[in-house]
Amino acid sequence: MIRIIETYGSMLTTAMGQTLLLALWGLLFGCILGIVFGLMSVVDNKASKAVSLVYVNLIRGVPMIVLAYFIYFGIPLLWNSILNFDELLGTKLVLSPLQAGTICLALNCGAYMSEIIRAGIQSIDPGQMEAARSLGLSYWRSMFRVVLPQAIRNMIPSIVNQFIITLKDTSILSVIGFPELVNTAKNVVASTFLSFQTWGIVAVMYLVIILALQQVAKLLERRLNRGR
Amino acid sequence: MAADKNNIKIHVNELYKSFGHLEVLKGVSTDICEGEVVCIIGPSGSGKSTFLRCLNRLEVITGGDIVVDGFKVNDKKLDINKFRENIGMVFQHFNLFANMNVIENLMLAPVDLKKATKEEAKKRAMELLETVGLSEKAESYPSQLSGGQKQRVAIARALAMNPDIMLFDEPTSALDPEMVGEVLAVMKELALNGMTMVVVTHEMGFAREVADRVLFMDGGVILEEGTPEEIFNSPKHPRTIDFLNKVL
Repeated sequence: MIRIIETYGSMLTTAMGQTLLLALWGLLFGCILGIVFGLMSVVDNKASKAVSLVYVNLIRGVPMIVLAYFIYFGIPLLWNSILNFDELLGTKLVLSPLQAGTICLALNCGAYMSEIIRAGIQSIDPGQMEAARSLGLSYWRSMFRVVLPQAIRNMIPSIVNQFIITLKDTSILSVIGFPELVNTAKNVVASTFLSFQTWGIVAVMYLVIILALQQVAKLLERRLNRGR
Repeated sequence: MAADKNNIKIHVNELYKSFGHLEVLKGVSTDICEGEVVCIIGPSGSGKSTFLRCLNRLEVITGGDIVVDGFKVNDKKLDINKFRENIGMVFQHFNLFANMNVIENLMLAPVDLKKATKEEAKKRAMELLETVGLSEKAESYPSQLSGGQKQRVAIARALAMNPDIMLFDEPTSALDPEMVGEVLAVMKELALNGMTMVVVTHEMGFAREVADRVLFMDGGVILEEGTPEEIFNSPKHPRTIDFLNKVL
């Protein structure tokens, strides 16, 4: 155990950094996608509802590992060899593992966030929106001033849960060669054969990040609930 | 109470409203004058609440015309938000904004819609809370109020926009019996001050005492209308007689 930490410690912490980097990008774009598609699923417009529904069901219906392979290997192939866009633009489309990983993670996280946001908004009594509209506030003003502040409060536990899941989902992106924690640990095990020790350390590292995230979430939740 | 018969505030002509295949309003016509207090009574499912909600386009009408202050409600070009500023609405379930305290509930619309500065809105809000007898609750959250208090705040919130017309959708139906009085008192005060009011209610005592005119609705039409004396003392339509026998 000590030997692993001495020899591979810095490698593993770098990998942890990479895991966090990927998770951060994925969550950032995932949240943006989630907000956009979540709002699209509640507005009174059939087309936008349909688009949101298709997105959510498509992503939820495909395992993330398939999505990862598809984006990393499939999309560039489609672009360069099937559609021949590379000739048109003069450059080949190549995605780095980080880029492909971020897209994959964001699409996945976004779909689930979209559902959380939709459910959160729909959990608020429609009377709140009606009352705001009856005073002359526009739909979006009513949404941002009255409905969302209440909805977000209800959404926080689910959002934190989704953050944790997304963080752990980064491990799936080891399959496209992104040097995150699991990928790095595999290499360590391959050269040391110390499976128990290495995976034990990796498990503890994930645990520490996630517990820290939970603490931050708790503080945030307490802040939001002040004055209630 | 002080209805100006020459000044028609709300003109409703052959109003139809369907929800899918269910036709709720089947040709409602009436005129409501400035300062008039109109109470709408009738059994559940008669379309009275739907009628009220059509007046500020919370429900989009299927056919006919509603003209309020010269503006056609179902006109696509109408600025609906501007239009609604002039029509206050009070709901059965209060619908106070749960994320704001009482004074913030009153200040939201005037400040957000740039009708008043923060200071003006606050001053006006305090005055309104005074009139509904709730000045000491300004900093309370809706969850800390009783039903009667919530509804009085809701009335004050609607009044904060200085509307010409107030719509009440069964404002006392969700209240404990002992709290009905305090809400009706506020409404009566409003009526005495010349507000144009359309009130869907089951409070026959209020209708009899405060209304200038009572509409009896059933099956999506106005079956009978008249002064409170006419409706309550000598109803003509058998359905009106039947209904009043049951509720009085």
